Amino acid sequence: MKEDPGYYDYWPYENRPKIKWPNGAKVAFWVAPNIEFYELNPPNNPFRKPWPQPNPALPGYTSRDWGNRVGHIRQMKLLEKYGIRGSISLSTALCDHHPEIIELCKERNWEFFSHGIYNTRYTYGMSEIQERDMIKDSIETIYKHTGQKCAGYLAPALSHSENTLDLFAEVGTELFGDEAGFYSCDLFHDDQPTPIHLRSGKRFASIPYSLEMNDTIAYLVQKITPRRYGQELKDNFDRLYAEGAESGTIMCIPTHNYQVTNAHRIKAYEEALEYITGHPDVWVTTGKEIATFFLDNYYETSLKDIQEKNNRYGIR
Amino acid sequence: MALDKSYLEYPERSYGMDHERYEWNMLSNRKPIVWPKGKKIALWVNVGVQFFPLNQKGIPFKVPGGMTKPYPDLRHYSLRDYGNRVGIYRFFKALDKYNIVPTFAMNTRLAERLPYLTGTIKDRGNEILCHGYDMDKLHYGGQNIKEEKELVKRSLDGLRNLTKQDIKGWVSPAKNESENTPDILAENGITYFCDWVNDEMPYNFKTKNGILTAMPLTTELDDHFIILNNLHSAEDWKHQVIDAFHFLLQETETQGGRILSINIHPWILGQPHRIKYLEHVLDFLGSHEAVWSTSASSILKAWKNN
Repeated sequence: MKEDPGYYDYWPYENRPKIKWPNGAKVAFWVAPNIEFYELNPPNNPFRKPWPQPNPALPGYTSRDWGNRVGHIRQMKLLEKYGIRGSISLSTALCDHHPEIIELCKERNWEFFSHGIYNTRYTYGMSEIQERDMIKDSIETIYKHTGQKCAGYLAPALSHSENTLDLFAEVGTELFGDEAGFYSCDLFHDDQPTPIHLRSGKRFASIPYSLEMNDTIAYLVQKITPRRYGQELKDNFDRLYAEGAESGTIMCIPTHNYQVTNAHRIKAYEEALEYITGHPDVWVTTGKEIATFFLDNYYETSLKDIQEKNNRYGIR
Repeated sequence: MALDKSYLEYPERSYGMDHERYEWNMLSNRKPIVWPKGKKIALWVNVGVQFFPLNQKGIPFKVPGGMTKPYPDLRHYSLRDYGNRVGIYRFFKALDKYNIVPTFAMNTRLAERLPYLTGTIKDRGNEILCHGYDMDKLHYGGQNIKEEKELVKRSLDGLRNLTKQDIKGWVSPAKNESENTPDILAENGITYFCDWVNDEMPYNFKTKNGILTAMPLTTELDDHFIILNNLHSAEDWKHQVIDAFHFLLQETETQGGRILSINIHPWILGQPHRIKYLEHVLDFLGSHEAVWSTSASSILKAWKNN
């Protein structure tokens, strides 16, 4: 066991090379709807219980199923209204269970990235081969159902192994070369993209997917009210927009169709979307487009700056 | 069933405390303290600069704010790391903009791991106090004394060496101690510590190796306590700090000078959606004529000079 993940170097948030997003935007803004499938009768995992109650765990299962039956369409229409294409963090078994949802998102040219097979199948305890097979299955499923070569990964239920990012990048390369497996949403250490060290040496980026702005964290962990959530989204945006004048920042709103689309919550969310997209210097985009832009334009510059900063006071 | 008869025996039942560490003494009965230049409120902004290791052992408990998921908990690791990488640079800007003098409470392991950040803090010239080795190296009741002595020495020697400051202050990770911690701290050149939250002014604390000063670093206004434990918003944190200030200021009209201590963490208030509220607080306090913004050791020195 390691004291740190070893995926990235220290990079102080001061005097970094200036990132300029397309059209001079200060903030790259993306929305990542998690479209998930939770199982009614998931198998046991030795490290984490899927539900607080014995199966069938109705409270959790049914509210999530509600998200797919009721909430998804609401959020899709809302995002469409503000010109936002979702970047879907997908439980890929949903392609088999609910292909209608996949079709609707495909028609709108949304991005699909892998969030594992089911959100009730954790990475904990998997052998390296098992995790690799699971990731490969998920990337192949996305390709088969959407024709997209999966660029990004968010581990199911944020369950990881020491090799998760390496495996995702390697499977992406095996299937589609450099066109797949080149960004991760699993790390929350920054408001800008970060080059990631992999054992394969592949060019790979961490793209901020803010856990703090995540509706499930806001509502279930921080237990804030919908109006407070709307205010936090605006406050978050204001700061990143102001700082983006110095060097481009990223704001992500990760959502769940079973949380933010509830009738009593959707208004605050809409007001925040209206506020954010109403600013002139915002690049409304997707995770993959941000990662591609960063890797194409700022990857080397970033590595060089990290090296120089760390030389300043000596490296440990 | 019945309990052993000793359960109804009360050997410490007498006037004052149930231990020998300090005197029983109500704040309102003490000699009024006068701060330099006629200031009423000494402001102690204490910034926790912490390292939460990914391979947390959790002995004897999981530190609040630490890893909660099975290994490797990238989620909590990277959210904490955010503070040292991004949030603290927002703190520096805000502190300097509003002329606030911070005190940094650093984990030694963090200082070892991040020479850039340690160098930056050192170059700023602010006081640094030792916050233990890392957030997973707890001091706790029943801890082996040899082990704890080694831990304190390693923490202090390491931080003194890396920062070139003769560190005199200490706050334990999670403000948790063993029955021996104060004695070991005094033995290692510490003169004040901030783990006991039982007062609002400094007081003398007896150890086997001389007197320490207990400095009042309240948990009640800590951002971790208010925002993450109590689940109040950052905006509410702001209101609570400012309300506390107004009350303390009023109290100084009939009693002596007071201390407003604010213990904050860049991984919490350094988030983009929260930093504005910290800036409001620093702006308000930094521009108030009654406020003396200074380091923990300056407050201690002024208190001793009274």
